[in-house]
Amino acid sequence: MATKPGIENDPYRKYHLTLMERIYLPAIAKGMGVTLSHFFRKPVTVQYPEEKLDVSHRWRGRHVLKRDEFGRERCVGCQMCELACPADAITIQAGEVPPERRHLHTTERYAVTYEIDMLRCIYCGMCEEACPEAAIFLTPFYEFAEDSREKLIYTKEMLTEKVGGPIFYKD
Amino acid sequence: MPELYAFLIEKSLVTLFVFVAVLVVVAWTTLAERVYAGYFQDRLGPNRAGPFGLLQPIADGVKFFMKEEFIPDRSNKVLFVLAPTFTFMAAGFLMAVIPFGDRMTLWGREIVLQIADLNIGILYILAMSSLAVYGVVMGGWASNNKFSLMGGLRASSQMISYEIAMGLAIVALLMDHSTMSLRQIVLNQGGAIWHWSVFSHPLGFVIFLVAAYAEAGRVPFDLPEAEGELVGGFHTEYSAMKYGLFMLGEYIHMTIASGLMATLYFGGWQIPWVAAPENPGFWWGVLTFAAFWVKTFFFMFLFMWVRWTLPRFRYDQLMTLGWKRLIPLGLFNILLTAVILLVSQQLGWAN
Repeated sequence: MATKPGIENDPYRKYHLTLMERIYLPAIAKGMGVTLSHFFRKPVTVQYPEEKLDVSHRWRGRHVLKRDEFGRERCVGCQMCELACPADAITIQAGEVPPERRHLHTTERYAVTYEIDMLRCIYCGMCEEACPEAAIFLTPFYEFAEDSREKLIYTKEMLTEKVGGPIFYKD
Repeated sequence: MPELYAFLIEKSLVTLFVFVAVLVVVAWTTLAERVYAGYFQDRLGPNRAGPFGLLQPIADGVKFFMKEEFIPDRSNKVLFVLAPTFTFMAAGFLMAVIPFGDRMTLWGREIVLQIADLNIGILYILAMSSLAVYGVVMGGWASNNKFSLMGGLRASSQMISYEIAMGLAIVALLMDHSTMSLRQIVLNQGGAIWHWSVFSHPLGFVIFLVAAYAEAGRVPFDLPEAEGELVGGFHTEYSAMKYGLFMLGEYIHMTIASGLMATLYFGGWQIPWVAAPENPGFWWGVLTFAAFWVKTFFFMFLFMWVRWTLPRFRYDQLMTLGWKRLIPLGLFNILLTAVILLVSQQLGWAN
């Protein structure tokens, strides 16, 4: 039997409003109860520059060039990271270690310049994976803001761990 | 003659005081609105400018003045400039008859905290709040922008529709109080809390409330702005302080509408069960002034509360609600009030 035309069978009018719904005010009162309960709830806002959320220890942020246990630069300038970098953010010029600086390096080859363009970097961590010397790591530091693009090309001096203890790692 | 001068000075001072008080309240209402909006959404709202963000309105004001003043090409320049002032003024005129407080003695003079106690106070209110729509319509028309025009159109039809409902709600109130003077209406509501008109006119109050929201162009009746559909509605093309005046006008309208609800239905400056002293001193005036604002602040909070609860009406729903629901309800309310008044008079229950 074919369905009868009429409001009951109209697929677009599935719901019949009851009298209470048609008065509309009870529903408003209910809704206002919901919003008022939110009014007295504790705000979830994190006031960013003063308060910060903890990030994972595996967070991929600013790079660091590590030193070994004798304070020597681990990086040997092999340019594997430069090759692996999908964003072409890393630029290395390798060279031979001068004799008087031999004690600062693990081998006779080293990175004369090591630049990472922090604006090009996509923080994928491929450099970390590619590095055969465990020299480059990404750290949980993520605040880079500067007032020019040039300032965001980080040099070897900025990236290399300072002698006298690890930086950037909280623990 | 000195009496006339004293009168003029007194009225000027009261006017200045009321104007400044309302403007200060309005300025910080904009902040309150944003902070409450934050709390309703589980966030904090503006808290950066000054302690607790209290300097935010000043920062906003400075910003309004520093922004580029843009007048669209091929707009009607005269009307374009006139429109925001018109809205602002029409909203401001409403202050004139609101009783902000009772009598008080100051410097040996008895002062009433009301600019003018017109014997047609309510009529004046209705007339002036209708004028407010002109600013919106003018702004929408003069902008030479289809969104603005749509906003102006919506504003005019909306305000005309809801004015009727508001008028009907007030008629029932007038039948009860048999006066149009707002001060007299407040005086009638003195004494116990159940002398407040809201207890004798609950239906009228609901109608008045809904109509007032529509008149002030606030959510859920903010169709003239309808940023989701009309960019910014009637003020799409407005920038800098002209936009600021529209905003101020809207907030003044909201403040005055809240004050009116307090005055007409919640006893105005009356404090329940507290009778006015024979010789009102300075503090009686302050007390009643505070009582008025406490009630007004509650209704302003209600405005914001509703704003963050209800979605905007669709245009046909707005018209249906106005013409098919509120106006018949308003007429029914008048009939009901008339019958009750007649019966109580016949039975000798008057008051």
